[in-house]
Amino acid sequence: MSTSLSPTPATNPIGDFTADRFNAHLAGIPHSVPAWWIERKRNAYAEFASLPMPARTDETWRFSSREHLSLSGFSSSTAETKAVSPATGIEIEDATARLTFVDGKLSGRTPLSRELASSGVVAGTILEGLTTHSELLRKHFMAQPQKLGSEKFAALHTAFIPDGAFIYVPRNVELKSPIVITHVSTGAGSAVFPHTLVVAEENSRVTVVDVFVTLDESNATRAPESKATLNAFACGANDLYAAHGASINYAAAQLWSDTTLSFQLNSTLVRRDARVQSLNLHLGGSQARHESLSQLQAPGAFSEMLAISLASGNQEFDQRTLQVHQAPNTKSDLLYKNALLDKARTIFSGLIIVDSDAQKTDAYQSNRNLMLSDNADACSLPGLEIQANDVRCTHGSTTSRIDPSQLFYLESRGISPAVARELLVFGFFEEVLNRLENESLHAVLIRLIEHHFRRAWQPPTK
Amino acid sequence: MSSLEIRNLHVAIGEKPIVKGLSLTINPGEVHAIMGPNGTGKSTLAKAIAGHPDYTITQGDVLLGGKSILEQEPDERARAGIFLAFQYPSEIPGVSIANFLRAAVQARMGEGEELDATAYYKRLYQKMDLLKIDRKFTSRSVNEGFSGGEKKRCEILQMAMLEPRFALMDETDSGLDIDALRIVAEGVNTLRGPGLGVMLITHYQRLLEHIVPDFVHVMYDGRIVKSGDKSLALELESRGYDWVKQELAVA
Repeated sequence: MSTSLSPTPATNPIGDFTADRFNAHLAGIPHSVPAWWIERKRNAYAEFASLPMPARTDETWRFSSREHLSLSGFSSSTAETKAVSPATGIEIEDATARLTFVDGKLSGRTPLSRELASSGVVAGTILEGLTTHSELLRKHFMAQPQKLGSEKFAALHTAFIPDGAFIYVPRNVELKSPIVITHVSTGAGSAVFPHTLVVAEENSRVTVVDVFVTLDESNATRAPESKATLNAFACGANDLYAAHGASINYAAAQLWSDTTLSFQLNSTLVRRDARVQSLNLHLGGSQARHESLSQLQAPGAFSEMLAISLASGNQEFDQRTLQVHQAPNTKSDLLYKNALLDKARTIFSGLIIVDSDAQKTDAYQSNRNLMLSDNADACSLPGLEIQANDVRCTHGSTTSRIDPSQLFYLESRGISPAVARELLVFGFFEEVLNRLENESLHAVLIRLIEHHFRRAWQPPTK
Repeated sequence: MSSLEIRNLHVAIGEKPIVKGLSLTINPGEVHAIMGPNGTGKSTLAKAIAGHPDYTITQGDVLLGGKSILEQEPDERARAGIFLAFQYPSEIPGVSIANFLRAAVQARMGEGEELDATAYYKRLYQKMDLLKIDRKFTSRSVNEGFSGGEKKRCEILQMAMLEPRFALMDETDSGLDIDALRIVAEGVNTLRGPGLGVMLITHYQRLLEHIVPDFVHVMYDGRIVKSGDKSLALELESRGYDWVKQELAVA
């Protein structure tokens, strides 16, 4: 007997993330956490459950594929925390500290030097931070508005996050080498909620690297033309906060398996004369959505937003960005570059908002797509919304192919067409990569792209 | 006999014939200047030999050491010893000169053979010093934002590193001031030797004052119409190309 006349929703808005599962998650949280954490989770779960799945008519989901946005098939990971070999993730020499999370649980760490720890630097977990720095977390954890379409997934993240990385750098402390955080998903059937929260206090300086990787043998082989079945879910977020005069260099390498549905929600908040550079490298996932919000809140604030995607097979990378200039004399510079193979898709939708009193804003937004296949598809939606009258804002997007004259030039030097194309693709990415200050990180990211590229790229036969 | 032999070559761009039956043999150690007015097919000849995909060879053959190279891809021809110094070298953003040349040197090595990076850089710096190219250039993107002179010096640097058997130099002097011309010419002269044959395409006699050719050929309407020694270049300089055209008309 049915009393409801409303049509059955195409996609179950809760899926596997039922109230029972949420209550079981709550029951597993250590009793030491502050009450606000539990309360925020409860509110988040309620919000998640009440919000509908993205609809075809949502402007923030324009061009996105929705048929695979399912929340079912990802049972809770009950696996024991596995020891993860150091080979998982990436090698960066002289890391200041390392943290490894497996399905959200801390599984390994290389602590800070005693000297740094005694100066107040923290490279630890959110669960630890909830005890030691509760107010700071309360202020910065998922505290910024979600404006880019994934409110539901942000709420899901907050509701189910078991733990994450918490980085705190006190005033005037400068860390020379990066803090490296590896978030491991055990793959098939698992749902992970990775989080990295970075608070850089006045005039401090820090480099943080996030690596997202699936511990799954099947990751090594792939059939670029076959539609992979989704069997893993990742719903991550990061919060970057740069106080007066602080500097954060953030890089993320997304290497999820090709059967992962991924969401990554970034919030960057930049205060007076502070600067944040973030570079997101997207290589993995079946469908991976990345949302990035930068808020320039005080004069002199600068946010540099960089991304590289190498999309192959049937992958879809969906990138939504927002640069909000809320104060005069602020600067933002966005450069997102995508290279597309096979039947891959990329979507870039970017918006620059300049508030009415944010005079002398200098905002730049550029999306460049390199098509390496006739069957790939790149959508670009750049946008501006300017309320101040004395600003410099430029935006643009280009879509191009390998230039035959450049290819011939390289070949005329004896370089094979396959290597020549690879050089040109890396040349295309280099404009982004050369913004990195850390040379070791630069080299590591190039190796990751190379590995992926060689696996995905089959040169056309003449 | 490892010569570069061009036999009755016909080259077309699309349907349009440009080179119309040109024959020329270049032996190792020889420098052949090819002169001629604009539009006679000099650049087309060089690009077709290098294997540019826009040019179709409709008749004739090009042999290197007695074997036809026409079935080879551009990269195979290059590895066999052909080097085209471009009139307008491409700019390759994001690819450093060091990485580019490294790939080119690596391409000439056997499967599984590893490049000795130290020896490579030593040799690269040595050639750069020779050509008066700032060592900082190695990290700059290939030809990007280079002046005309820098681009041409970069071409000669590549030639010096890759040690071809035959160099096809397409208007190497165009866009160069006299100082840049001298440096480029000095570079070519130091590379001259019994192992290298050169086809020097030029419009003006000026370059031939610095790189003295063994033979001079005048190309007109897709063919070589007159050959001689270096004195032919001087004669052309004083009498102009009309002189050749008139001679042809009479014949």
